[in-house]
Amino acid sequence: MSGPAPLQHRAVFLVVGLDLERAGAVSTEVQRVLRRLGIEPEVVRRAGIVCFEGEMNMVLYTPGGRVILLVYDDRVELIFSDQGPGIPDVELARQPGYSTAPVWAREMGFGAGMGLPNMEANADHLEIRSRPGEGTVIRAVIRRRRDEVSGGGGGAGV
Amino acid sequence: MKLAEVAEELGFEFLVRARPEVEVTDGYVSDLLSDVLAHAEPGELWLTHQRHLNVVAVAKLRELSGVVFVRGLRPGPEVVRKAREEGVNLLVSPAEAFHTAGRLHKLLFP
Repeated sequence: MSGPAPLQHRAVFLVVGLDLERAGAVSTEVQRVLRRLGIEPEVVRRAGIVCFEGEMNMVLYTPGGRVILLVYDDRVELIFSDQGPGIPDVELARQPGYSTAPVWAREMGFGAGMGLPNMEANADHLEIRSRPGEGTVIRAVIRRRRDEVSGGGGGAGV
Repeated sequence: MKLAEVAEELGFEFLVRARPEVEVTDGYVSDLLSDVLAHAEPGELWLTHQRHLNVVAVAKLRELSGVVFVRGLRPGPEVVRKAREEGVNLLVSPAEAFHTAGRLHKLLFP
């Protein structure tokens, strides 16, 4: 996965926890950057969705963190890191429909338990490392050169 | 069918008329943002009760043809401003979700 492909672009974005006004700003900006770099529209779309879900998790559950965007010849990587409460049971959290979102977030249409499944459906590779009380790091890899035209998207059903 | 024609036919009011000529391919009804991200297809017109800022981000990310707030619901001015900046069409339907969806379906798939 981490081959010798040269790095084309690197950017770091800050996410402020509980700031729902600005939530979504990072994913919009990531898409803008990727479009400017001439990345394939399908990859831009998938990266945007992965980023939005990762960003929203940070906004809803942590005091904040950062998103690192790495663009290589053959892939786009998004690394989300926060100093939030961590995920006690990552396997459980990956299951569609599982959510610990508070009522106010659910009323806004969050907390459907589709965040991590959506990230998995749109990334080619998703690593989650989390320690309760210390924080979470998620690395998502979206490959750029795919033979199949109809990649990604959609698969996560509830 | 173009969004401007759909709006005209169904009595939707444009709050943000960013791209009225965009083609409406289908409709999608949901109040769950992740559900829209996972299952709505580009070009679909999204009918929802949600009217906060993240709706604009989701519509943009999913490349939807627009967002229709049902039952006459209206978002705040900051949502309208954001949608204008991002080029996301926003509309209001006076009818509630079921009837809005029913009429849209009949119009798109007679």
